[in-house]
Amino acid sequence: MKFQEYFGETHNMVRQTIRKFVEREIKPFVDEWEEKGEFPEELYPKAGDAGILGIGYPEAYGGSGGDIFLKIAYIEELMRCGSAGVVAGLGSLDISIPPILAFGTEKQKSRFIPPVLKGDKIAALGITEPNAGSDVANIQTKAVLRGNHYVVNGSKMLITSGYRANQLTCAVRTGGEGYKGISLLIIESDTPGYSVSEKLRKMGWWASDTAQIFFDECQVPVENLLGKEGEGFSGIMENFQNERLQLSIMANMTAQLALEESLKYAKEREAFGRPLSGFQVTRHKLVDMATLVEASREFVYRVAAKIDAGENQVKEISMAKNFACMVSDKVTYDAVQIHGGFGYMREYLVERLYRDNRILSIGGGTQEIMKEIISKYILA
Amino acid sequence: MNILVCLKQVPDTETQIKVAPDSKSIVTDNIKWVMNPYDEYAVEEGLRLKEKFGGEVTIIGVGPTRVTESIRTALAMGADKGILVDDPALTGSDSLGIAKILAAVIKDLDYNLILCGKQGVDDDYGVVGSNLAELLGIPQISIVLKLEVSEDGSTVKAHREVEGGILVIEAPLPALITAQKGLNEPRYASLPGIMKAKKKPLDVKTISDLGLDAGQVGESGAKIKIMQITPPEERGAGKIVEGETPQEKAANLAKLLHEEAKII
Ligand SMILES: Cc1cc2nc3c(=O)[nH]c(=O)nc-3n(C[C@H](O)[C@H](O)[C@H](O)COP(=O)(O)OP(=O)(O)OC[C@H]3O[C@@H](n4cnc5c(N)ncnc54)[C@H](O)[C@@H]3O)c2cc1C
Ligand SMILES: Cc1cc2nc3c(=O)[nH]c(=O)nc-3n(C[C@H](O)[C@H](O)[C@H](O)COP(=O)(O)OP(=O)(O)OC[C@H]3O[C@@H](n4cnc5c(N)ncnc54)[C@H](O)[C@@H]3O)c2cc1C
Repeated sequence: MKFQEYFGETHNMVRQTIRKFVEREIKPFVDEWEEKGEFPEELYPKAGDAGILGIGYPEAYGGSGGDIFLKIAYIEELMRCGSAGVVAGLGSLDISIPPILAFGTEKQKSRFIPPVLKGDKIAALGITEPNAGSDVANIQTKAVLRGNHYVVNGSKMLITSGYRANQLTCAVRTGGEGYKGISLLIIESDTPGYSVSEKLRKMGWWASDTAQIFFDECQVPVENLLGKEGEGFSGIMENFQNERLQLSIMANMTAQLALEESLKYAKEREAFGRPLSGFQVTRHKLVDMATLVEASREFVYRVAAKIDAGENQVKEISMAKNFACMVSDKVTYDAVQIHGGFGYMREYLVERLYRDNRILSIGGGTQEIMKEIISKYILA
Repeated sequence: MNILVCLKQVPDTETQIKVAPDSKSIVTDNIKWVMNPYDEYAVEEGLRLKEKFGGEVTIIGVGPTRVTESIRTALAMGADKGILVDDPALTGSDSLGIAKILAAVIKDLDYNLILCGKQGVDDDYGVVGSNLAELLGIPQISIVLKLEVSEDGSTVKAHREVEGGILVIEAPLPALITAQKGLNEPRYASLPGIMKAKKKPLDVKTISDLGLDAGQVGESGAKIKIMQITPPEERGAGKIVEGETPQEKAANLAKLLHEEAKII
């Protein structure tokens, strides 16, 4: 080996397992799930049994262990199912479990993590509200301590896996105004006063269920508080780094798949007596797409390696997410263009990639919020 | 019951194979290597028998260092230990040479059953299993669709597909079986399995460790030599059968199949 590789033998073996899982358990049904607006709940325990959901989590809580690149290999291979909705649905645990692992007590960890990694329970993250998205510090859902319960009132909006979730890692206001008043609670869906909207209808991620969640005098036991009161905001911000890395990988894979589809199509489709790849404009378009995908992938890997080594990468991961999303915006647009009218049709994967891509520069912190973060670093 | 599974690593069936400039080999850069799909059935069958009868499953592979990844995959599926014969002298060995190496590894092992894939999906010779059984002097049943080992572990009954029916064959153990697609549905290596596999024993041997030399099992000892590899002919464009009515189209199709394709 002449240079430092990010992936080794274990990563390759895991890739093969996930590839088989995708071929057998997801791909044959994925179009049906997309149209139906959800994938079957049985997919969670199937993925749990294979140990796929546990990647990156300690064995002590039912995880499979592994470094950051194992998680990356997992997302990359899962994305090959062609439905980012399935990836987001299975992946909601990857935004809701890390705060429990980071701030939970031993008892909370052993109670709330293993069933989710096994696929027996579904976990979601509840930060966004109807009137507070980017402005996390302004959330209004109130939790008032009464005896040994928090009484929660309010609502969470646009929650991935929210329709089916059994447990919600949820941001609530236990104190006064501003970020200092925010805490994290684990709220179980069978708590009296917890209710869920119909599945929300979306532009993309069709196979993922998204919902609004309502709390009406919802009694949450005090032992479900994560960390201390008032520590929620910093916990949420720390967790965002994870999510931003995952979304960057999703963006890169969305672009990668769009590129692969376009390369195939350009060789097959003929116009004016030759394949599309016979036109210099098309060739150059494909070259630009490939160049962007390659550059973005290498950048994200590099940032991931630094995160894994424990370096502060808040600025870099924000840049990586914006760059990866800019690349996937352009590449999915061009992929549809190369496919002509067929790229607008549901039978073609690029049509779905184009729609699924749109959320990536909004979720986990919008492009503008990423820029606000980066500007604080570079203008400091 | 102790079971041995012989494993080969082959290019992923999705890989685009390119013939090397020497016309006798393929370009191996950028190839994704995987466990031979027929060997996956063999591994799975071995694991199921182990689950029923107890004992150990040992994986034996021949090839360069990269083959450890496929052996580890079998260990991750649940096999107990692996042996790899890795020797630079083995580039250019033929199937008989490989069978001799396997026989040399196996002669010192305690086993009841040997499982192989029915063929490697790379060069498709399909003879390593039979050669190996012959060298060991044990019964072999090839291209097996279903396998039953008697309760007392003394005999094996194997189902093979023959034109229009199923042939059931019995043999005393130890015996060698080659696996056909359909024998079972191989499990995938679970993540905990992959992590555990890192700690399972995997011995690496050279041919001199086995008391063999390149003249016996290497290229110079090979009984057959590859003269040329040619890629399949590129498929031409399809043809649309002309005709005003379905009857006319059918008649034209029949004519084409008879006169041009010469199939009927
Ligand atoms: C499919 C999907 C799944 C989701 N899943 C989850 C989930 O599981 N859990 C969860 O908690 N949330 C989830 N969300 C919500 C998501 O995190 C928010 O949509 C996102 O944070 C943006 O918030 P908002 O929608 O309220 O937009 P707003 O905050 O209202 O922003 C609107 C626009 O104003 C811009 N803007 C806002 N503030 C500034 C500023 N200071 N400077 C410049 N521009 C600004 C934004 O960039 C954006 O362009 C999901 C959303 C979607 C669509
Ligand atoms: C929703 C919808 C409604 C439609 N309605 C109608 C309708 O009512 N009637 C109708 O007749 N058609 C209709 N169409 C078809 C539409 O007009 C065609 O999709 C469009 O003309 C492009 O043709 P194409 O899809 O065959 O793409 P292609 O011609 O195959 O083009 C594929 C790609 O190659 C590029 N390309 C092609 N030739 C060249 C070249 N010489 N140099 C450089 N680049 C080139 C194209 O710009 C494009 O990016 C509809 C399509 C859609 C999606």
